[in-house]
Amino acid sequence: MTAAELNALTVHDALARLDNGDCTSVDLVDALAAEIQTRDGDLGAFVSVDVDTARAEAEAADRARAAGKGGRLCGIPIAVKDVLNVRGQPCTCASRILDGYVAPYDATAIARLRAEGAVFLGRTNMDEFAMGGSTENSALHVTRNPRNRAYVPGGSSGGSAAAVAGGLALCALGTDTGGSIRQPAAFCGCVGLKPSYGRVSRYGLTAFASSLDQIGPMTRTVRDAALLQEILSGVDPLDATSVAAPVPPYAAQLTTDLRGVTLGVPAEYGVEGLDAGVDKAVREAIARCRALGARVVEVSLPHTAYAIATYYIVATAEASANLARFDGVRYGKRCADAQDPLDLYKRTRAAGFGPEVKRRIILGTYVLSSGYHHAYYLKAQKVRTLIRRDFEQAFAVCDALLTPCTPTPAFRIGEKTQDPLQMYLGDIFTVTANLAGIAGLSVPCGATPEGLPIGLQILGPAMKEENVLRVGHANETARGEGWIG
Amino acid sequence: MNAESAPANRIDVRYVANLARLALTEEEVATFQGQLGQIVDYVQAIDRLDVTGIEPTSHAHLQQNVFRSDVARPSLDQASVLRNAPASRDGLLLVPKIVE
Repeated sequence: MTAAELNALTVHDALARLDNGDCTSVDLVDALAAEIQTRDGDLGAFVSVDVDTARAEAEAADRARAAGKGGRLCGIPIAVKDVLNVRGQPCTCASRILDGYVAPYDATAIARLRAEGAVFLGRTNMDEFAMGGSTENSALHVTRNPRNRAYVPGGSSGGSAAAVAGGLALCALGTDTGGSIRQPAAFCGCVGLKPSYGRVSRYGLTAFASSLDQIGPMTRTVRDAALLQEILSGVDPLDATSVAAPVPPYAAQLTTDLRGVTLGVPAEYGVEGLDAGVDKAVREAIARCRALGARVVEVSLPHTAYAIATYYIVATAEASANLARFDGVRYGKRCADAQDPLDLYKRTRAAGFGPEVKRRIILGTYVLSSGYHHAYYLKAQKVRTLIRRDFEQAFAVCDALLTPCTPTPAFRIGEKTQDPLQMYLGDIFTVTANLAGIAGLSVPCGATPEGLPIGLQILGPAMKEENVLRVGHANETARGEGWIG
Repeated sequence: MNAESAPANRIDVRYVANLARLALTEEEVATFQGQLGQIVDYVQAIDRLDVTGIEPTSHAHLQQNVFRSDVARPSLDQASVLRNAPASRDGLLLVPKIVE
């Protein structure tokens, strides 16, 4: 097989090729490494690639496969967002403050993939500490949208999305606190699954907002996301918030029709500023679901208008506490010539964090500070209850919800960097799933006349990843375009 | 806005940054004061909602407490932990003098 053919494979196709002996894991790693060498200088999807280690892992996977002992991902190279610890690799969270940090252990998500034979190819760019929606907040470099280099790839898992959609990785891991898997998947034209809160262990994930963060797969097809999710799901003694719910065989349960499925369309999704192309593509997707046999009902999520305010209070409050650990004492960069501990903390953090991280730490500290805690943080937690109840009521009458993933397609690099509030308002369709802890999937559902991808968001009840995967797979199959490299 | 709510745009960036142990330049203070004032105004949207009698959600799935047995087990060794430390000596992290 040619390098171009190898780099365009889905995970399932690559597994079939490896089984048939059409290629080896070393072939896959070599082809991707060569492509990254040639094209990533311009695309900027990766922050580091360790070809020697990946090649050694691929050789071991090829030997295991030859001995008939390979796991479910034996020999599949995967790209990892730079926020997850992979033993022996850097983990900088795209921040200067973690320059030089080397992970001393594997995150549980990584350990689970490793146990199935996955090969760790490299680390992908992101908004610093996963704070942002464009990957422009990376302290390292810009990542470009592989569909149009003048546009952002979305964020914060922008490097993972750009690598998967741009032909530099067969699959990747992302993390999603307010849309950071789904939005870049929508912007770049790949599949992104945010699992329910507690579905995937967060052990070894550098925390942003602990009550919202989840790790999930970014892939070229829904079937690939289903396979990765089967491996990632499950309770972990190292994360007390992980949930001991049974893990269904997601991939085996996929269907190409939607008979017997009821889908809800929230009345509130026609928000101000909804792009006409996005609206059209999502309406076509709704019609497609109906044609596949689904019953479509209108539902109401009346507290959607408060979601962004609630999210930016809860998320920044938790971030301000989580990022207190970066103080120049135990790891990372330290400022020079500190006079006393306070001077050490303040100047280390001033030099180590970028502007968006500073903004969010200040906002989070403010909403938790004496005199404001009740008006902001506690009140936001109560509104969070109302948002959660909206979904409970909606899921009483339907199996999944359909919405746009984002109000607009990808925007131009630099377009929103001076206006953080405008950037936040783009999160309207994604943040509610994190606040409510439910499952969310973004699948490509079309493109604008300029060729920018559009994502359909499918939301399902907590611990019902199978619902969103089924709807996503049926849509993807019916569209018939397959994955476009 | 109800009586308990915070007044609009009262965030004092310099004061809060000190609480957060962040040194800011004068330029940063000016930029953040404007941007965060706007964001604080926006998030006050939640003031319009009546949440009387609503329980707060701290985690999406309310679970029982999770216990583990209190048994010593191996953890990371000292060398791998200290490898990431900016300054260490004799197995200890070095920090500026704290007590005069």
